[in-house]
Amino acid sequence: MFQSLLIANRGEIACRIIRTARRMGLRSIAVFSDADEAAQHVQMADEAIHIGAAPARESYLNIPAIIAAAKRARADAIHPGYGFLSENPAFAEACAEAGIIFVGPSADAMRAMGSKGSAKALMEMAGVPLLPGYHGTEQDAEFLADEAKRIGFPLIIKGVAGGGGRGMRVVRAAGDFADALRAARQEGASAFGDDRVLIERYLERPRHIEVQVFGDSHGNAVHLFERDCSAQRRHQKVIEEAPAPGISVEIRDAMGAAAVAAAKAVQYQGAGTVEFIAQDGGFYFLEMNTRLQVEHPVTEAITGFDLVEWQLRVAAGEVLPARQEDIRAQGHAMELRVYAEDPARDFAPSIGALQVFRLSDQGLRIDSGFVAGDRISIHYDAMVAKIIAHAPSRAEAIARLRAGLAQSDIIGVAHNLDMLDRILAHPDFAAGGIDTGFIARHAEALLTPKLQPSPQVLTLAALGVLALEEAAARANATQSADPHSPWHATDHWWVNTRPSRVFDFHLEDEVHAISLTPAGDGWRIATGSTDIMARHAKLEDGRLHALLDGMRLSASIHRDGETISLRHAGQSWRFRLPDPITRAGEEEGGDDRLLAPLPGQLTQLMASEGQEVARGDVLVVLEAMKTVFRLAAPRAGRIETISCRVGETVREGQILIQFAASEAD
Amino acid sequence: MTILRSVLDTGSESFAANAAAMAALVTDLETTIATTEQGGGKAARDKHLARNKLLPRERVHALIDPGSPFLELSQLAAHGLYGGEVPCAGIISGIGRVSGRECVIIANDATVKGGTYFPLTVKKHVRAQEIARANRLPCIYLVDSGGAFLPQQDEIFPDRDHFGRIFFNQANMSAEGIPQIAVVMGSCTAGGAYVPAMSDESIIVRQQGTIFLGGPPLVRAATGEVVTAEELGGADVHARQSGVVDHYAQDDRHALAICRRIVAGLGPRIAPQLALRAPRAPLYDERELLGVVPADIRAPYDVREVIARLVDGSEFDEFKRLYGTTLVCGFAHIHGYPVGILANNGILFSESALKGAHFIELCCQRGVPLLFLQNISGFMVGQKYEAGGIARDGAKLVTAVATAGVPKFTVVIGGSYGAGNYGMCGRAYDPRFLFMWPNARISVMGGEQAASVLAQIRRDNMEAQGKQWPAEEEEAFKAPIRAKYETEGHPYHASARLWDDGIINPADTRRILGLSLAIACNAPIEQTRFGVFRM
Repeated sequence: MFQSLLIANRGEIACRIIRTARRMGLRSIAVFSDADEAAQHVQMADEAIHIGAAPARESYLNIPAIIAAAKRARADAIHPGYGFLSENPAFAEACAEAGIIFVGPSADAMRAMGSKGSAKALMEMAGVPLLPGYHGTEQDAEFLADEAKRIGFPLIIKGVAGGGGRGMRVVRAAGDFADALRAARQEGASAFGDDRVLIERYLERPRHIEVQVFGDSHGNAVHLFERDCSAQRRHQKVIEEAPAPGISVEIRDAMGAAAVAAAKAVQYQGAGTVEFIAQDGGFYFLEMNTRLQVEHPVTEAITGFDLVEWQLRVAAGEVLPARQEDIRAQGHAMELRVYAEDPARDFAPSIGALQVFRLSDQGLRIDSGFVAGDRISIHYDAMVAKIIAHAPSRAEAIARLRAGLAQSDIIGVAHNLDMLDRILAHPDFAAGGIDTGFIARHAEALLTPKLQPSPQVLTLAALGVLALEEAAARANATQSADPHSPWHATDHWWVNTRPSRVFDFHLEDEVHAISLTPAGDGWRIATGSTDIMARHAKLEDGRLHALLDGMRLSASIHRDGETISLRHAGQSWRFRLPDPITRAGEEEGGDDRLLAPLPGQLTQLMASEGQEVARGDVLVVLEAMKTVFRLAAPRAGRIETISCRVGETVREGQILIQFAASEAD
Repeated sequence: MTILRSVLDTGSESFAANAAAMAALVTDLETTIATTEQGGGKAARDKHLARNKLLPRERVHALIDPGSPFLELSQLAAHGLYGGEVPCAGIISGIGRVSGRECVIIANDATVKGGTYFPLTVKKHVRAQEIARANRLPCIYLVDSGGAFLPQQDEIFPDRDHFGRIFFNQANMSAEGIPQIAVVMGSCTAGGAYVPAMSDESIIVRQQGTIFLGGPPLVRAATGEVVTAEELGGADVHARQSGVVDHYAQDDRHALAICRRIVAGLGPRIAPQLALRAPRAPLYDERELLGVVPADIRAPYDVREVIARLVDGSEFDEFKRLYGTTLVCGFAHIHGYPVGILANNGILFSESALKGAHFIELCCQRGVPLLFLQNISGFMVGQKYEAGGIARDGAKLVTAVATAGVPKFTVVIGGSYGAGNYGMCGRAYDPRFLFMWPNARISVMGGEQAASVLAQIRRDNMEAQGKQWPAEEEEAFKAPIRAKYETEGHPYHASARLWDDGIINPADTRRILGLSLAIACNAPIEQTRFGVFRM
């Protein structure tokens, strides 16, 4: 075994590899870009070397810089992680040239699998099932119709040069084939200037199932069972599990055998994944990934093996740690990918500082490269963590994940925790065997549900604000000259009376009012037509616990100025408590009208009544004292009335333009 | 320190009866105050709210630090006066924390007679200013007032402590470095215009606040000029042209937020000049105070049972415990603040008066604030005592109380009669705060004594004329006197006229004293120079 390992990656996978390296007694060397100076993988590694600027091509994709770093650190081996250079044959070759062990397959194996065409050809020879289709050059309509009958329906006609859905036609019956072909050709010709097509069997509800394989330099190859990665959004996996639910032993064995055959076909060394699409008992080769997959932990969970350790041993020339017959699966594992992205806004990546980053690890494995306070930058992948459950059954794994999600929260960036919980809670998902279109099909329910905050949620928000106020008052008290003054109290005491406290929680365009009146040692809460008695509210480590009508509830709560972030029962809420000063803007007043700052002649008018203007738009030009004054809109809004005209001499303070009442009013 | 051990049986019937009697008084107090909080009634409130204005208590709430206490003063001002139409005297006053700083807040209630000033409104306003000045607290005026209530101008305008005093106080407090901030949230007419004008910094709410010496009707009458209130003295006029205000606010909440920002930028307050300790709760529940005091005000009880429920750890270092025993004196802490307590435990004799004067000297020497727990029927009378010089010794106590430079606090926990009131720091002796319990009574003497004294004089007269006075006629003579004293001695009667700073629930006493002591710490402790003690 070699002695030192450079990890040419970042984030959770770098941290995860360092953990195994450390356990095996290897010296670990991290590399980092400008953006990652303080990142977790840098802090975790024994050594860390700066390799370039924040953009990946200047750092984590910069082969010379990484090789130089490895030489400088006298690293024996390089682990590429996933993504970045992990499937780059040039990198593997550069390592070999530099005399450094590349933890991964040979450059040849990568190249063989890198091209889809050659990969399919290889697989066909190895007897791995492929999706029936015709990819040849013969374009005669009758010939294609015959091919179509051979392939079977439904099938899909695709433009050879096609893309983005254009020139594509799904055909469900032989009788429709001729018309569909004609239409596809016309579309292809007009869109791409190429009317050639190919035909493939069309899977209506395909599942994505992949098999983990491993090969060593001694000619051994094994599989470590399959993973079901069908929960995808826009071809991005979000939930993976092993074993794949509802797959028969025969299919499982057949898939495993096919995957091993595929690995052997390229004398595969190291960790690889053979991806299939499956439907109705059939499975078809999709592609092979020549690296460690993001979702490898589910395989580790059910087999009990450390796949990074396997990679390192194979790279060191050792024999695979286990033979096929020694590899057994136990229980059910499921992984959630946590992304800093907004599912409700088309999965837009979100950047910012992680004000709160709390992922419950109770009964769960958390692979993460971040801690609270870290920044999510624009330069890299939006995945911030993986949550992995391993339980005796699938249902128990789901339950454990949901319990963990309920205790977790991320504030500072948008996240997909709520969406993950909604997927886990969906009956179709719970039943098992969803297809890759599942999330898109249920987009509204899963991604953009229209939810109204319940009285309990509003109550928790209000109690949370009170608790945060109390904590702030305590902090102020300790800093004051009179730290024990009873004036530091926050119990809303008032001589001989108990005034109510009212909060107006703004949620998008709606305002949710809630009033709290002291009652005994708690609060009587009124919101809408609901009354709740709340007692024993307590804030601990960012979580609020309270007894609402005798029921103990909890929520994660965080305040950042006007924004109150709350997460309760798997659902995140972002309320706003408007700060009157912030709301009024920098200008304290008069922002509903534009006044002449001095007497002068109005030379230009660039606005009209009813026009929507942005703050800072120049609306009027005045000339006075040989000086030109450009008067800008004091705020964004609609112009209600213009009470001046070009050429007019205006007096100081004269109202020139009146804005429509602002939305705040 | 010595720990007071309560001998009170809180499981006894008498305790339960006393507690029930006091609880009834507290309930009546809270109910009465809840009514006054409704201000000028539903119609006036609805009208106020319809203008997008906050009610005065909501304004106070939005102004003070979230959740922090508000020591509202004189909640029963004008109670039962002016036909009952001016609850709270149409003005809310109190001390609250704004941006971490204790401030006096004075807020007009425009739902009550347009926020106009009745005689007691003026008195309440001026009293709040006095508190601000004595304790060096910044003043925040939430102005929404039509000015003087004209029909009663002779009781509002001309005298020393009438309307003009408000501006005199503003000017002099400003001169002393006590910040004066006005938030114009409604009318500010005539004299009222000087509240923002005399302030160090002022804020006005657009389309809502107006300031003018003469309103549109007066202008029209005087000059014929027709002008709207907004054109005459609205936010735009004063923020852009006249310079009468410094900040322009979009609405009430914005104005209050600006005010909080101003207070946050004030210079630092002084550090407390007292040796502070970490507070500890008394060993006995403060709520037991309700059952400590006998329902019959004349029944004696040991005032140490009260002290044990007010002071930190029930620790009380008593001074001259064996001498002049009808006045209990000693050192303790309340909410961590040191206090010297003088509490009545019976009639004042020469010895008790001497002891009290001595103890006040000690407190002034050491810079320890004084707390008077008043339950006093008076100084002892009779030939022996007069000859013994009780007037001379009483005068020593009164001199000591009057000239003590340390902060003084008075709570009337029972009777407050005659010269006992003076010796125990009554209103005339400028305690920083004077609060009453709902069972308290205050008058020159007790109703029964007054009736007896007057009956005796009459009997003497009649007997000198050789007439008889049947017992039933004497009783008929005495009854209305007793009734008058009962009415006028009632704390509501006192509080309505601002003879105190408010009636409080006994269970809140410890907190209120803690707040008051903390307030006093905003001003330096003055050196005492006593007057001549008659020897």
